[in-house]
Amino acid sequence: MMTFEYAPAPESTAIVKIKSEYGLFINGKFVPAKGGKTFTTINPATEETLTKVAFAAPSDVDKAVAAARTAYSKVWSKMPAAERGKYLFRIARILQERAREFAVLETMDNGKPIRETRDIDIPLAAAHFFYHAGWADKLEHAGVGSSPKPHGVVGQVIPWNFPLLMLSWKIAPALATGNTVVLKPAETTPLTALLFAEVCQQADLPAGVVNIVTGDGSTGSAIVNHPDIDKIAFTGSTAVGKGIARAIAGTKKSATLELGGKGANIVFEDAPIDETVEGIISGIFFNQGHVCCAGSRLLVQENIQDELLEKLKRRISQIRVGNPLDKNTDLGAINSAAQLAKIHEISNSGDVEGAERWSPQCDLPGKGFWFPPTIFTGVTQAHRIAQEEIFGPVLSVLTFRTPQEAIEKANNTPFGLSAGIWTDKGSRILWTAKHLKAGVIWANTFNKFDPASPFGGYKESGWGREGGRHGLAAYLKGNH
Amino acid sequence: MHLIDGSASSIKSFLKTLSPVDQVGAEARAAMLGTRSIKTSSKSWAIDMAISMIDLTTLEGADTAGKVKAICNKAVRPDPSDPTVPHVGAICVYNDMVEIARKQLDAAGGHEIPVAAVSTAFPSGRASLEVKERDTKDAIAHGATEIDMVIDRGAFLSGDLEKVFSEIQFIKSICGDRAHLKVILETGELVTLDNVRKASYLAMAAGADFIKTSTGKVTPAATAPVVLVMLEAVRDWYAMTGVKIGVKPAGGIRTTKDAIKQLVLVNETAGPEWLNPQLFRIGASALLNDLLMQRMKLRDGHYASPNYVTLD
Repeated sequence: MMTFEYAPAPESTAIVKIKSEYGLFINGKFVPAKGGKTFTTINPATEETLTKVAFAAPSDVDKAVAAARTAYSKVWSKMPAAERGKYLFRIARILQERAREFAVLETMDNGKPIRETRDIDIPLAAAHFFYHAGWADKLEHAGVGSSPKPHGVVGQVIPWNFPLLMLSWKIAPALATGNTVVLKPAETTPLTALLFAEVCQQADLPAGVVNIVTGDGSTGSAIVNHPDIDKIAFTGSTAVGKGIARAIAGTKKSATLELGGKGANIVFEDAPIDETVEGIISGIFFNQGHVCCAGSRLLVQENIQDELLEKLKRRISQIRVGNPLDKNTDLGAINSAAQLAKIHEISNSGDVEGAERWSPQCDLPGKGFWFPPTIFTGVTQAHRIAQEEIFGPVLSVLTFRTPQEAIEKANNTPFGLSAGIWTDKGSRILWTAKHLKAGVIWANTFNKFDPASPFGGYKESGWGREGGRHGLAAYLKGNH
Repeated sequence: MHLIDGSASSIKSFLKTLSPVDQVGAEARAAMLGTRSIKTSSKSWAIDMAISMIDLTTLEGADTAGKVKAICNKAVRPDPSDPTVPHVGAICVYNDMVEIARKQLDAAGGHEIPVAAVSTAFPSGRASLEVKERDTKDAIAHGATEIDMVIDRGAFLSGDLEKVFSEIQFIKSICGDRAHLKVILETGELVTLDNVRKASYLAMAAGADFIKTSTGKVTPAATAPVVLVMLEAVRDWYAMTGVKIGVKPAGGIRTTKDAIKQLVLVNETAGPEWLNPQLFRIGASALLNDLLMQRMKLRDGHYASPNYVTLD
């Protein structure tokens, strides 16, 4: 060997025991769906079938909601808050103890690199349970009045990009505030949610407090439209989010919606350039760009564009694409054939509309769903790739001349979830942040998450916040 | 390429063109590269590469001819039981030990191994220019072909960059083509990564062949973020001037894991062209034996007793 080639360093899958079939988790037990209907889930990096999962019909959702209602009225709402907190602490500790198992399973079912599941998804999921466990008996200090009350039964529908982490964002605050839950994981990534159901059993969580129903959009729709659900929490596409808003209009249901984004990552001429390059990389290539708050629009001050792009391309050339279970992989598989087709479709529009596409030389595996890290330069506001959420490893590069122009371009979008600001000047960070219409703004960093920090969007990026005190409030009825 | 003419104003205006370093971001990048998993064939390659990059060092008041001769023999044949182990990159000693080291290396068959001398009132650099000049000339006269000089950190921190620059230039003129100049920034005293970047460019512009993190007498020494910033500096200097400058982390690199992390930093920052002893050295003493232990482990499939590795 003449150069420093990293030999394969795959994480072992021996720690994961995938069963041949999974039922629905209703009232503390795994049960088959009505009529025994199932669907399969695959490993997107290999296209191998992992297992069969029960497909919940509306009548199965009825059973899950009934179990959640009984658990709410008979057990969970009557339990002293400190006792509720103990269950959350217990779940958090079990997640930590079984972290490697969760990380490997998440990587197999989702396609994301083991480095990310191991270092980000699973530790953050545990952190959300720890954070909210502490809140359980302190809710009168959450800022929603002296005696806040839970909603009751919460229906939760989560996406495939951060399966266990989004489950934690949903279930931890719901349980801490005294609600019970019916949750549907995404069709392509049900397995860590089902492993989480086993954790609920291991923690002796009272039956019916958490119910997990697997299925597709029809299952989600049955939850959203169920008359005995008090609140909906959804993370996913803006199109589905709008449908939910229509469906619950005029009902007693409240909702938090965490939807799409087209985050602007704004680079000023005085930015710390090497760290900015890292931030741009993490902004768009973290999790294959399957991130609602991705920094998918790079707005760079025109006078440093050439230098920045040269450094960026050099760095992108080093991204290691391939087997997600390899500990040195930076960019894993696209989650599904459907998502891959969508990424192709929108990025092809970039070529047609005259933007310049660039990807490094990289060998993509023969099997599975793959897309190389890609940037488009010469992009303007009128391009589809500047307006639509691609949800893949595709960055659109636009330029600006003045801070005012950067703000105008950044805000010229129906979305408003995230933004990044790169400058060495503190006053410019504050000025820019004040004028950006985005729920989450990072300064000289990107894609950093903490359970104590509220997350959510403006405009078509959603309603409400998750995390922090603001996130708790969404699961409580105040008495101000 | 003359980026700086030596005047205070030219130095100041050149350093102002440098991009600032964001400490948090640099630390995060260095930490991420620290998670690379180097196994089997790549580990074995990295161990041999690291051995060939070591500046095997003894810089103690208690150094004697006997001690220096011992490490010279070790430098030539790190593992007497295995001739496939490469020799180290250089021997690094105090000035008065240079001649002893040179003779012993030659006697042991290590003609190609250079002797590096620490110079310019190492480690503090607190002496007059005349003393520093004498120190350097003396080392070269006794056979040193690499000079590890220290910068005047007091001058750097007080803003007298002209003095730092001219001293390096002066020592470089003494080295000429007889000795390679490594400039020690002593990053543990410069503290901020912005200072590390500025000092790196100052040294390169003044004629350094290598930029080196530390004397080994101050902690922290060769931390990953510091080495990252220095590797970025040589990478960008090459893009700017076409000249490749070497990097030498020294101090605190004691284990194979530490050394491999350094090689990963090089590979993914300056690039694979820097992965050779002409452009990357590791200043260390205890590291060599840990590399040898890990090498035996890879070869034999199990750890050997430390008694199978020679002390020095």
